Amino acid sequence: MHVPDGFLDAPTSVVTGAVAAAGVGLALRGARRELDDRTAPLAGLVAAFVFATQMLNFPVASGTSGHLMGGAIAAVLVGPWTGVLCTSVVFLVQCLLFADGGVTALGTNIVLMGLTTVLVGWLVFRGLQAVLPRRPSLVPVAAGIGAFVSVPAAALLFVVLYAVGGAAPVPLDNLTTAMVGVHLLIGIGEGVITFLAVGSIVAVRPDLCYGARRVLAARELEIRPAATGASA
Amino acid sequence: MGAGHGHKLHFHGHSPVHRAPAHLKVVALLAFVVLVVATPREWFWAFGVHLAVVLAVIGVSRVPPSYLLKRMVVEVPFVVFALLLPFVAHGPHTEVLGVTVSEPGLLGAWGLLAKGTLGVLASLTLAATTEPHDLLAGLERLRLPDLLVQIMGFMVRYLDVVTTELQRMRVARESRGFSARNPTHWPVLARAAGALFIRSYERGERVHLAMLSRGYTGRMPR
Repeated sequence: MHVPDGFLDAPTSVVTGAVAAAGVGLALRGARRELDDRTAPLAGLVAAFVFATQMLNFPVASGTSGHLMGGAIAAVLVGPWTGVLCTSVVFLVQCLLFADGGVTALGTNIVLMGLTTVLVGWLVFRGLQAVLPRRPSLVPVAAGIGAFVSVPAAALLFVVLYAVGGAAPVPLDNLTTAMVGVHLLIGIGEGVITFLAVGSIVAVRPDLCYGARRVLAARELEIRPAATGASA
Repeated sequence: MGAGHGHKLHFHGHSPVHRAPAHLKVVALLAFVVLVVATPREWFWAFGVHLAVVLAVIGVSRVPPSYLLKRMVVEVPFVVFALLLPFVAHGPHTEVLGVTVSEPGLLGAWGLLAKGTLGVLASLTLAATTEPHDLLAGLERLRLPDLLVQIMGFMVRYLDVVTTELQRMRVARESRGFSARNPTHWPVLARAAGALFIRSYERGERVHLAMLSRGYTGRMPR
């Protein structure tokens, strides 16, 4: 859900805009390390993928449905820097070509759903990877938990921004309970879908999953004797 | 959320608004919306002036108002929030049509609706009158980092390719009798998302190789 114009006051929008610009600037440098001169075409295609998955509706119950926000899954699949670039470009295109999300709120949207979800998702993912044993089957698990945490984290940051520059005096404890409560539920969906989608990618092309590279590098070549009776 | 992003917003035309340089349009949109957001919500007359400006630009652009109105559905979730605001906000309460509502909440709801609607209307006008490649050239002239413009260019170029790929997967699923109704069907949809990622990534690699073989060195030719 994109923040529209006028939801937060002008000073807050300017500050989030500056934070977003700084974040994207850092990501532009970092992505060069992740992808070198492949950055433009690959990040562009991954951004198109993130945009498309937001159109893939997952039915919940009785006619309601939701879709992926995609910050955490992008971080796990292509790395945090490229993930920030992809999600930011998605918001830029949605804002300018689809009028989705306000122009002055572009910075806010990038900070909330781009920087925060990617960063939180990635940190939780990496933290879990450090603790869990290095097995390919655990990559989707860590990705799913990262995605689950990233959504309420973004909601919490939204409440903080609203407390600083919100348009109307809503009791903050109520707003916090409502936002974090609803987004815990959304986060469960995001986590499960991320787990399933990353699982299907690791099963087919583990080399494409940025977050799985360390695990793959730790794998040793096994030589197993052929079963008896098998023809050569 | 939930609303599709798939429709093309561009409305073909040759009005002065269509022909205006894209970078000027982006700057004008940004300046206008900043002005709208910074306007105190008690200045009711000022919002009338803002609306008149947007309507005048739409009038000059000759984009049918019904075309823009239909596309204002992106605003709906926040209209719902704005309508709830008078009931949940605190402050002195007042009575409107026999219902007790919070006064600052009412004012906040008005501010949200007015500013949000003006913002969406102005953004829709930009989207309806600007071709994507003009917009990219405009952003480049506005000194947006070259790499960012390139990424955006590739995204816009392959957006339809990737979304129709997703569409074909849906047709393939449904022609085999699948229809997603509840969370037990999520694994199938998630695998579709996974396949879409692999196809998109591999397409990106092919595009990169094709560009290298045509002499790409990290910058797009002018």
